[in-house]
Amino acid sequence: MKLNGKRVLVIGERDGVNAAAIEACVKSAGAEVLYAETLCFV
Amino acid sequence: MDLEGQGRIKQVVEQAGTQNLVAVLGANSPTAVEMTALTLKSGDPSYAGALAGVELGIPSYHILEPEIVGQLDPSLYERELALPAMAMDVAEVVQPLKTIRGSAT
Repeated sequence: MKLNGKRVLVIGERDGVNAAAIEACVKSAGAEVLYAETLCFV
Repeated sequence: MDLEGQGRIKQVVEQAGTQNLVAVLGANSPTAVEMTALTLKSGDPSYAGALAGVELGIPSYHILEPEIVGQLDPSLYERELALPAMAMDVAEVVQPLKTIRGSAT
């Protein structure tokens, strides 16, 4: 799957990889972020 | 995925459609990855949220899957992802995704 040109829903996790980090990475690969959220399981 | 998040995602998809749309996850446990991927593909398995019974058919990938990492700027990987990658068993965490992407709804 090529990220370039894809539209992306970003669902990060506080104890894994957060949404801001994922968003920066997928944008750098040419994807468009439509939604980004960091989940928190406690 | 929490119930509020399901509602927001449903709204986004209703407005934008699912064409050319994928999800990229960052969870650190196979169970969380599996639940989120199943919800986005075939609806909330717990039948509690806004996506219960809603088959969006959105394929999910993990940001640390080799297929995804290979497309990222290496310096960005080092800055944002190297530490979380060390803190989780990536092979175990991403394992459910190939099965879910490959199976029919």
